[in-house]
Amino acid sequence: MSEDNPYFGRAARFIGMLKHTQVLGMKIHAASAQSLTIELPYNISHVGNPSTGVIHGGVLTTLMDTACGTMVVNALPDIELCPTLDLRVDYIRAAEPNRSIFALAEAYRVSQNVVFTRCTVHQGDVNTPVANCVATFMRIGSHLSPPEFKQVILGEAQ
Amino acid sequence: MHTFEDVLKQANTCGDYRPVVDAIPYAKLIGLDFERFGEDVIFKLPNNPDNIGNPILPAVHGGVVGGFMELAAAIHLVMFMDTPTMPKIVDFSLDYLRAAKGGRDTFAECQVVRQGSRVANVIINAWQTRREESVATARVHFLLAP
Repeated sequence: MSEDNPYFGRAARFIGMLKHTQVLGMKIHAASAQSLTIELPYNISHVGNPSTGVIHGGVLTTLMDTACGTMVVNALPDIELCPTLDLRVDYIRAAEPNRSIFALAEAYRVSQNVVFTRCTVHQGDVNTPVANCVATFMRIGSHLSPPEFKQVILGEAQ
Repeated sequence: MHTFEDVLKQANTCGDYRPVVDAIPYAKLIGLDFERFGEDVIFKLPNNPDNIGNPILPAVHGGVVGGFMELAAAIHLVMFMDTPTMPKIVDFSLDYLRAAKGGRDTFAECQVVRQGSRVANVIINAWQTRREESVATARVHFLLAP
């Protein structure tokens, strides 16, 4: 499926180039024009509270920033490098240790200058969220985005 | 065998919070460090290729900048609170003001705006070259009661 799905390919190449997402172990779980899911398996090095084994909020922040940013790549007609303007997160419940977390992101409005996204982190049931976030991204325009960035995302890099 | 609570309690008694940071795996992962100057604390996120997001710019991953600020705020609270527990994060609002450039250290300073009996409001400023040139500012709420 991933072979025929251009959204999956773009998303996988985007997160593949981000060093820290690879350090954490993120992988694309699903991708379409409307939504995107990233999976992050549990890892002891992500823990924020050693007495509970619960992963640190910063890992969730990075996961959500990445999921929203990757969704932006898939929501735009051309490849554009869009910096995050802001990010607002609600931590609803602690993530259960030893289980993967999933970030489901959507871009709910693409305007001329700004892309508005939202994201829910869950552990298998989206109706029992671990965290929710909204994030906005600035469009800098396709012409100002580095050509090598476009080549990597489109899979044209040598 | 020391539990994390023991480590927190010990730090609270002797004022050395290095072992607290050392006991948090995520702090080690991103490389968080700090220095105390009396009542002031400056947190440091040393330059580390593993923290890079986009390699073309290159820039520190925005999520790492956020995680660093969140963790700095939590440790800052632990340092100045009487009760030795790890505060629970409730929400986090982060504004990115300029790219945190790769190849540089990033710093953060926290200010407890209000600490009630159950909730604390902390603001965080992060910079690379000068305090006034923030790379990000953030506001976080923590639940203090266990």
